Amino acid sequence: MIARNFAYLQPDTKEQAAAFYQEFAEPFYYGGGSEIITMCRAGDIAPDAVIDLKRIPEANVLRLEGDALVIGGCVPLRAIGDSGLFPLLKLVCGRIADHTNQCRITLGGNLCGTIQYRETALALLLADALVVLFGPGGARAVSIHEAFDERMRLLHGEFVLQARIPAQALFLPYVHVKKTAGEKIDYPLVSLSALACGDGVRVALSGLLPYPFRSRAMEDALSNRSESRERRVQNAIQCLPAMPMADYQGSAEYRQFVLRQTLAAMMEVLNL
Amino acid sequence: MIGKVIRIKTSIADAIPRIEAWEKATGEAKYCGDLATPDELIARVLVSPHAHARIRSIDVRAAAAMPGVKAILTGEDFPILSGVLIEDRPPLAKERVRYAGEAVAVVVAADEAQADLALQAIRVDYAPLPFALTPSQALAAGAPILHEGLGEYKLAVEDVYPQPGTNIVSQYNMRKGDTAAAFSQCEVVMEQRYFLPPSDHLAMEVRTARASITGDGEVAVTTCSQAPHVVQEQIATCFDVPTGKVRVTVPYVGGSFGGKAPVTLELLAYMATKKVGGRPVRVVLPREQDMASAPCRLGLEAHIKLGASKNGVLKAAEITYHLDCGAYADIAPYMTMAMAANGTGPYNIENLACDAVSVYTNHTYATSFRGFGHESYLFCVERAMDALAKTCGMDPWEIRFRNAIRPGCLSPSQIECTASNLGDLPECLNKLKALSHWEEGRRIRVDGRTVRAKGIACLWKAVNPPSDAISGAVLTFNADGSVNVNTGVIEMGSGDKTRLAQMLADKLRMDIGMVHVAMSVDTRANPKHWKTVASLSEYLNGVALMRAAEDALSQIRSIAAQALHCAPEEVEIDDAKAHKRSNPKEFFHFKELVHGYKAPDGTSVGDPVLGRGGFMLKGLSPLEPGTGRGKLAPAWTVGAQVVEIEMDIFDYTYRILRAGTVMDIGAPINLKATTEMINGGVSMGLSLASREAFAYDAAGVTRTPNLRTYKLLHIGQEPEYRVDFVFTPQEDAPFGLRSFTEHGILGIPAALGNALSAALDREINSLPITAEALWKAAGGNV
Amino acid sequence: MRRIEGKAIIELRVNGEARTVAVRPSDLLLDVLRNQLGLTGAKPGCKNGDCGACTVLMDGWPVKSCLVLAVEAEGHELLTVEGLEGKSPVQAAFVGHGAFQCGYCTPGFVMVCHAMLTHHPGAEELVMEEWLQSNLCRCTSYSEIRDAVRAVANAGKRE
Repeated sequence: MIARNFAYLQPDTKEQAAAFYQEFAEPFYYGGGSEIITMCRAGDIAPDAVIDLKRIPEANVLRLEGDALVIGGCVPLRAIGDSGLFPLLKLVCGRIADHTNQCRITLGGNLCGTIQYRETALALLLADALVVLFGPGGARAVSIHEAFDERMRLLHGEFVLQARIPAQALFLPYVHVKKTAGEKIDYPLVSLSALACGDGVRVALSGLLPYPFRSRAMEDALSNRSESRERRVQNAIQCLPAMPMADYQGSAEYRQFVLRQTLAAMMEVLNL
Repeated sequence: MIGKVIRIKTSIADAIPRIEAWEKATGEAKYCGDLATPDELIARVLVSPHAHARIRSIDVRAAAAMPGVKAILTGEDFPILSGVLIEDRPPLAKERVRYAGEAVAVVVAADEAQADLALQAIRVDYAPLPFALTPSQALAAGAPILHEGLGEYKLAVEDVYPQPGTNIVSQYNMRKGDTAAAFSQCEVVMEQRYFLPPSDHLAMEVRTARASITGDGEVAVTTCSQAPHVVQEQIATCFDVPTGKVRVTVPYVGGSFGGKAPVTLELLAYMATKKVGGRPVRVVLPREQDMASAPCRLGLEAHIKLGASKNGVLKAAEITYHLDCGAYADIAPYMTMAMAANGTGPYNIENLACDAVSVYTNHTYATSFRGFGHESYLFCVERAMDALAKTCGMDPWEIRFRNAIRPGCLSPSQIECTASNLGDLPECLNKLKALSHWEEGRRIRVDGRTVRAKGIACLWKAVNPPSDAISGAVLTFNADGSVNVNTGVIEMGSGDKTRLAQMLADKLRMDIGMVHVAMSVDTRANPKHWKTVASLSEYLNGVALMRAAEDALSQIRSIAAQALHCAPEEVEIDDAKAHKRSNPKEFFHFKELVHGYKAPDGTSVGDPVLGRGGFMLKGLSPLEPGTGRGKLAPAWTVGAQVVEIEMDIFDYTYRILRAGTVMDIGAPINLKATTEMINGGVSMGLSLASREAFAYDAAGVTRTPNLRTYKLLHIGQEPEYRVDFVFTPQEDAPFGLRSFTEHGILGIPAALGNALSAALDREINSLPITAEALWKAAGGNV
Repeated sequence: MRRIEGKAIIELRVNGEARTVAVRPSDLLLDVLRNQLGLTGAKPGCKNGDCGACTVLMDGWPVKSCLVLAVEAEGHELLTVEGLEGKSPVQAAFVGHGAFQCGYCTPGFVMVCHAMLTHHPGAEELVMEEWLQSNLCRCTSYSEIRDAVRAVANAGKRE
């Protein structure tokens, strides 16, 4: 039960969506709705309009186009996984929430949510993806590294229309490990994605800090083959941009312990 | 009337599905929340955000003026106190809140959205007070006193002993033998402390209740209670309504585990309907409030000292149990009493000093939970037994077998144990040894980073009804000869009604298909059954039901005798037929008899058959203050369990591989259903011990009152379950059966704790046991 | 393009039937199914998407109906436990294997299993776990649910 009513808009085009956005004082773009509905019920947000993007054709694309995999912002995580087009992202999507919710949660919704884990960002950050954003000012394609800094940096009225992932990143050797306090269906203590790239490794993390991030300093430390694995892991941990979070799921120290274990396992799997 | 007599095909041993199975599989089964009517108003509850605070003022003016709002209630409206043992709890807080989540105001509105919006417009001015969150904190000098009026509260029973001026709700001391002298002679002494945090029942059905009052003062309540007759009596007592004018109905209950035994929302529903002129009002709780506001499972602090000879024979025990009962007493004093009376676990200890104390804290108040406290103290006792075994250099199975309580021993409350009232624990241990392959060894190194370990624990539980608990059964018959069963037993998942139906079919010698059970309970139609708690239904109601069956059979025999022109003693019953013993081919089907018999010449014979049976417990006595001598229960159920885990010694994560249970259940009644119940309990015990706890922030507010963050076991983490049985009849129970429905949980937290303690070679004495807890126990190196 | 403000009359396709309901855009599919259509098989257990007791199928895929707006469901095929009419092999297997006790989570589990076996008739253990971890059961040990689903999946493999 959501106490406060709102207007429901279902545009057929991206332009209509952006136009609707400008009509309201507190509009929310709406994908799978999981987070918006739960936050409305809890009274954390009170939109006056939700703009359901699921009928916009470009937002439903899921295919290889030339040298990129294009995923629409409204494609549910389950479909991304089932397509098998990006094995790392398949694993990431398969560990977000649960399978039934993966039938609803969309790529755009996960990227733009307030939830601090937003794990789909990990795969996009590692793949050096482009994101196509659309808003009142039209479309712009920007690097994920520019668009995502702790969270999506959207201009007023923008939404994620598509992600474009360079084809060369799709089949690099990869690792995705999500460590929870114990229960599989849970938020991560540490969620680690990695792509092996040439001699080095790209690493992005979620759960450790209140936002997902990719750390070049950690990657450099981990890729430095002149040091022992153990030493590299230690160096990488010292490159963490901040102290790990402490919450009901785990202490900061334990998160750091889990990170060390997870990084060590990753080094072994990717043979670094 | 001439034909072939066939023996009935069903028996109590048959593995039939539960009788309501199809109703549940198709979604047709109706629960309280499914019975909404369009005329219903909705009530929502405003709860305290503070663990302890004085209410300076409540401003409801803005809320009252909002659209759709029919009424707003606060503690001033019905300044009453409720409680089944100690009347200490206002249904709505007055002047003071004692836990975060306590109900402060109720909004009644035309729909839920309007009620919710109005709720947000109520302004409460709180002055926060110091709070105590654990028994230690609440018992410390200078602790905030939760109930200054403890000495003035009305006591609803004789055997609770509140200590005014303290936070002690009640205390029970057991003294047996000479503990000090015995300890001085012990060659081995083991002493440890234990801590268990509060957790939640988490029935999948969120609590809800509805009430209305007709113009002539008839109160109708529909609720998801385990105790409709207690709801009826509590409403009558609290609001001065004649008991008979209160009618309580309970449809299917979507799980309860003890959490739906106390009377909570029903009082609010009554108050709400009263305030709106009797219109039907439904109280709706979101899951978050069901967890933080409605009563939960107790927390426990324990200290155990065991003394033994060097070959591991127990000589003496000194035990302290401090129950965290939260802000109100509810049933906690009786759980405390049960822990005192059984708190040694199923072991023969001749010298005992055990103090069990229930302590008020600023937590959500506790109520009965699957195991009635036994699941909690057994964690402590069974961990202590492993620690003692280690000190003595003995095998944990061996030390248990050596000390297992046996017929002839005295229980902690000095009841002489017999095979009938106790069962056969050594035999359970013997069977468990085989079932769990105990001989393989407790700790096995699998590879470079994996160890496998087993933990064992014994269990026992005495049912703890009040000495005047009653139950009843009424049988009526249909024109086809089939029988209708009316009892006050609630169907909440425990399958009691199926097993009772099987017992009745056996007794009436008819096919189970001819037994029709009224699944919902209506206090106006169904005879009082104390409460559907304590795994007691098959005993308490079983006796009543067997008496009702006897009653019906004697009437059937009498009518049949007249129809068959023989003496009633010559009438035999089988396959829903009454025949002459001398000539089985001469018989009448029940359908020709149960509404009286009409002879071929039109003569009427006999009267309609109506079976009735009642049962009141006999021979129980309260614990004598000082020594704790007394008989709380008709019998125990004993058993033993093993949990086997596999732990990663690098990252301390673990998997539960197997869980084995052997239980003495007295008699084999539908062992498939019995196994399912036991495994359900095992599963809940594993979930409890491995992940469940309310996490509180520094202000004493629970941080995880939802299923997103409070984790239960999901499919995929369940172990392989193994179950075996021992059958030692309980002589006074129908078919010799013993209680078992909640018992699967009892030894599991301890067995898991013992397995992980063995795997890690550390003493793990707190719950829940997460990977982080193991990591910490191992030193906590980052 | 659709635009709904205040309240609107919409048509839902539920269990093969067209049903007309008046809803606010913020009304949840779960509440509309239960309160307006009397389809109380889908149960509220958390209204937060965590327990799965309210699971129904939308175009053959499981969704938690507490996390779907009723207006969103317009134009989609909805299937609730009532729509199975007791004919899904999953239901018979649940009865036979004792895959529930209190029964409150059962409609949700049945719907997830039904959808899974439609998409993966011979579902292997890992697929089964992945799909069924969306739902919680507090009564059973889960092994009974696993046995029930395995029985239907094994029958699916033979076909």
